[in-house]
Amino acid sequence: MMNNQPKYSPTFSADTLALVQRIIARYPEGKQKSALLPVLHLAQAEFGGWLSPETMDYVASLLGIQPIEVYEVATFYTMFNLKPVGKCVLEVCRTGPCMLRGSDDIIEHLQKKLNIRDGETSADGMFTLKSVECLASCGTAPVMQVGNHYIENLTCENLDGILDRIRSENESKT
Amino acid sequence: MTRQVLLKDINVPGILSYEVYRRQGGYSAVEKALREMTPEQVTEEVKLSGLRGRGGAGFPSGLKWTFINRNAGKPVYLVCNADESEPGTFKDRYLLEHIPHLLIEGMILSSFAIGANTAYIYMRGEFRWIFPILERAIAEARAAGFLGDNILGSGFSLEIYVHPGGGAYICGEETALLESLEGKRGNPRLKPPYFPAVMGLYHCPTLVNNVETLATVPAIVNMGGAEYARIGVGKSTGTKLISASGHINKPGVYEIELGLPVEEFIYSDEYCGGIWKGRKLKAVVAGGSSVPILPADLILKTAKGEPRLMTYESLAEGGFESGTMLGSGGFIVMDETTCIVRNLWNFTRFYHHESCGQCSPCRAGTGWMEKVLHRIEHGEGRPHDIDLLDDVAKKIEGKTICPLGDAAAWPVSSAIRHFRDDFEYHIKYPEKVKNPKHFELEPLVSRSHLATA
Repeated sequence: MMNNQPKYSPTFSADTLALVQRIIARYPEGKQKSALLPVLHLAQAEFGGWLSPETMDYVASLLGIQPIEVYEVATFYTMFNLKPVGKCVLEVCRTGPCMLRGSDDIIEHLQKKLNIRDGETSADGMFTLKSVECLASCGTAPVMQVGNHYIENLTCENLDGILDRIRSENESKT
Repeated sequence: MTRQVLLKDINVPGILSYEVYRRQGGYSAVEKALREMTPEQVTEEVKLSGLRGRGGAGFPSGLKWTFINRNAGKPVYLVCNADESEPGTFKDRYLLEHIPHLLIEGMILSSFAIGANTAYIYMRGEFRWIFPILERAIAEARAAGFLGDNILGSGFSLEIYVHPGGGAYICGEETALLESLEGKRGNPRLKPPYFPAVMGLYHCPTLVNNVETLATVPAIVNMGGAEYARIGVGKSTGTKLISASGHINKPGVYEIELGLPVEEFIYSDEYCGGIWKGRKLKAVVAGGSSVPILPADLILKTAKGEPRLMTYESLAEGGFESGTMLGSGGFIVMDETTCIVRNLWNFTRFYHHESCGQCSPCRAGTGWMEKVLHRIEHGEGRPHDIDLLDDVAKKIEGKTICPLGDAAAWPVSSAIRHFRDDFEYHIKYPEKVKNPKHFELEPLVSRSHLATA
């Protein structure tokens, strides 16, 4: 049966499609390509936290541009994940000001705790660890982004409790 | 007590909302400008104020506004640069998050002055929770008649839209930002011909200004440019937001009057509150990761022995031999246990990661420097590596389309200039530096910079 499955074709919900139209309307007539970054963010959020080739082709068709125009943009910007990720991506800042306040230790602690390296996903599919560059949160360093929010003033001591909280929030969602 | 222009109402409960912002006198500058002033008069006040671009370049804002060709027969755009990504800088985020109406008011005034009817806020995509804050503030301003068609019956119309970036430092460079806003990779454009004021967004005249710059405009219109220029020292007029981070007791965003002594900023309880853990100061990166690093003695006093002030001029005193830049105001403080090599390797990895790849000196040079720094820091350095690094940095500087090349080269050149001892120690004692916390265990007091003092 598996062999007969049609190619996966992502489609936005009706609400998101309406939002896409409102986003396109922010830019002048004929400049709908400007909507690419905002629409890619919507796509990543709606289709499992990453952009598959099918998703990118779908976005191209929505905006009336060539698929290559989407690929070249998606591969340029680091916020877009080009392979599957865990339910929850831990984006830990690794840049200078965070490093001065201990981000090396935070990343090492997470790697040990989750038994993964940078860029990998934990065996239970819950966490992906992704070190990122400066998040503009240097005054509350070290910091990591989880979904829509920053978690600031991290320490190796408070990290375990934070992970437990994120885990239980995400488990209750499913 | 420092005069506050941007943050004076930041702690007023509810300042996030239109009602409270308005009650505190918000949008009075828009009323004044649209009812009593011409666009040229608004521009004139900004010129008189001496305001300089707060994103990092420090270019006179009023002058930049006059470059806009209003008679090209094309739409004019205002783009607010909210891509704040310079390591050590988090001041724009503070304004966006806590007092969004100040930015919106500044954008209305600036759009009126340059004749823009559409404005975009290009905000870094990571600030996900701030998008709804801005969208709501824009909707409130619109409902109150400060955005939309025929604002206050003046005949002037404006719409503001928020646009997310995708996580690319280079998009803070204004021409890369415009490429990105057009839905492309953030590759900076060649100037000429692509001066934003002439060939900007969609090849139309475009003004790109930083969040803090735009947020200062309401105060300038309210008090008048001449009055604003009385704050500060010389050509460093007004106040500046400083993002203080690193090894200090009180990291955070501070609004300072330009001219404040650096020593007071670092050690006063009103600001950074001194170095943490009772340690000594080793170095400061005063204006975001791109500016030259200075050792403690040279950040506190110039080479001539005068107190260093928080101004564009004083921080630059001595050129790159013994000075630095105010830049974005990202003030990164390092205590005596900091390894300058490790910090530099970290910054260089950043620039390598963020290089757009258009120009080969930057694309290849940043990677090369990262590799050399990695091996020095990890106890595998070779004797000629220090000179090699310096040479690669010199061959990037000034040879790229955009300033990212310079931004990658300056930290390297300055670290070697002022902290050569740190590098030599790494090459001499490879076994010791294999522990990443080497200088925490045994601080190294660098002496080389004292020789020239």
